[in-house]
Amino acid sequence: MNKAVGLQQMVGTDGGLMRFGRERPLLLESGAALAGIEIGYRTYGKLNAARSNAILVCHSLTGDQHAASDHPLTGKPGWWTQVIGEGKPLDPAKHFIICSNVIGGCMGTTGPSSTDPATGRVYGLSFPMITLADMVRAQAMLVEALGIETLFAVIGGSLGGMQVLQWAADYPDRIHAAVCIAAAARHSAQNIAFHEVGRQAIMADPDWRGGDYAALGVRPEKGLAVARMAAHITYLSEAALQRKFGRELQRDGLSWGFDADFQVESYLRHQGASFVDRFDANSYLYITRAIDYFDLAASRGGVLADAFTAARDVRFCVLSFTSDWLYPTSESRAIVRALTAAGARASFVEIDTDKGHDAIFLDEPVMHRALKGFLDAAGQSRGI
Amino acid sequence: MAADQESYREIARLVSPGARVLDIGCGEGDLLEMLAAEKGVDGRGLEISAPGVQACLSRGLAVVQGDADRDLADFPTHAFDYAILSQTLQQMREPRTVLTELLRIAERAIVSLPNFGHWRVRLSLLTSGRMPVTACLAEPWWSTANIHLCTLRDFALLCGELGLRIERAAALTAGRPARPFNPASALENWRAEEAIFVLSSAN
Repeated sequence: MNKAVGLQQMVGTDGGLMRFGRERPLLLESGAALAGIEIGYRTYGKLNAARSNAILVCHSLTGDQHAASDHPLTGKPGWWTQVIGEGKPLDPAKHFIICSNVIGGCMGTTGPSSTDPATGRVYGLSFPMITLADMVRAQAMLVEALGIETLFAVIGGSLGGMQVLQWAADYPDRIHAAVCIAAAARHSAQNIAFHEVGRQAIMADPDWRGGDYAALGVRPEKGLAVARMAAHITYLSEAALQRKFGRELQRDGLSWGFDADFQVESYLRHQGASFVDRFDANSYLYITRAIDYFDLAASRGGVLADAFTAARDVRFCVLSFTSDWLYPTSESRAIVRALTAAGARASFVEIDTDKGHDAIFLDEPVMHRALKGFLDAAGQSRGI
Repeated sequence: MAADQESYREIARLVSPGARVLDIGCGEGDLLEMLAAEKGVDGRGLEISAPGVQACLSRGLAVVQGDADRDLADFPTHAFDYAILSQTLQQMREPRTVLTELLRIAERAIVSLPNFGHWRVRLSLLTSGRMPVTACLAEPWWSTANIHLCTLRDFALLCGELGLRIERAAALTAGRPARPFNPASALENWRAEEAIFVLSSAN
């Protein structure tokens, strides 16, 4: 059934590794090409006979393809089990759910920690710069290789939501519906600033070794952990931090030193330490850079609506969270404004929560009801 | 509400088939759904309440959460054939701005509003000396969302001031079918509980 040439699929029906032959390189926005790419992906549910029920889930900066199944490295449940599962908005009983690791990632998809087939050595910083358009092009290659002409829906939050917008701009004919959660059509100065802090932390780690750490058998764990700690603060809200930790101490009394006295410190240190077990520092550099470069309107004379002119028939659902200061509601409203100006079918809900950007992954019944309502209605219009 | 039903039916009669429609303050999407089913309109909605938007999503309607007093500026110029404002103008902080915005966004505006000149309202104020509470204006003064009530004559005069042309007007009274009327008529300003106007820019 696969029309795609030169590809090889490993592992079973629930995903695995899609290999594209050297004759099918991924052409990058920078002008470079990546030959012999591999894409790590997972699927949940079954593709129906009409091939009309496929949903592509796009993951966020530090996510991966293990959206609804245990993570192979940490053993923890998938990052979106709140949304994917029986009776949930994305239901494997009726949807064929695909989630793939982005280009530049480190969970099976070709990225800076992969081996360059041309040299036989780990890419490191010789890996080409990538963009969101490249990530989406790779996903489109995967979807096509899986024998799917049009996706029922493409859905994601944060970086995932930005990819959804890129899908709408680049492949409007291949998507029926699009859900963009807590995202933006361009990365703001504040967000670029936070990314830069993270990257500098990694590059300041002596074990980063100019990006060549893999060849030298070391890892810049300290730098990567600090990057994660700084970023993690931006995923929460002041109210959520106060509610969760306040000024509570780890032990009775202060240490009068620089141990983690406060629970919030201990929490952040844990976030940093556990992150390095599952993430590659160079991937963090490349993916954050790709997000910084994201500006959907820039190549269209600054007119965002022009990105969506071919997406008039796509059903859009845009969601934001009141306490999200990383991707505030104003960013989502700008997306909706552009969609409306383009004549697209856009819906928008702002969800009242104090959980900040992280609400994407948490128990947010209002978001889940909105998702389910939207997807069920969109499903009816597609006969699934 | 039965009054809503007749009002919606009249709006559906006024809208041309297949039109692009924006329903401002669309609630749970009853009117949009009816217009899509009966007139095949390409409908969009703006609704302030999250539960309202949720209900619309479940019905497959394209509705944006927002405030008509603040968010109409987000809609492009002449993107719609009709902008509908059903029983909402009297709740706006800036009714004049909203009316002008409606006719920037759409070729025509369909505005329905309760008539404060209805005889029951006048009689109630005259006899009790208190703010009228009627079937159409069911809330007491301290809890009502209606902050800019007007009579049909007031509305017609404002349209004149804003350079808006009243193309059609229909009067509604509970339990009766909608009837066309002359907005200058003093009689309907006594008799109609509610009215629906089709407006366009005079020039």
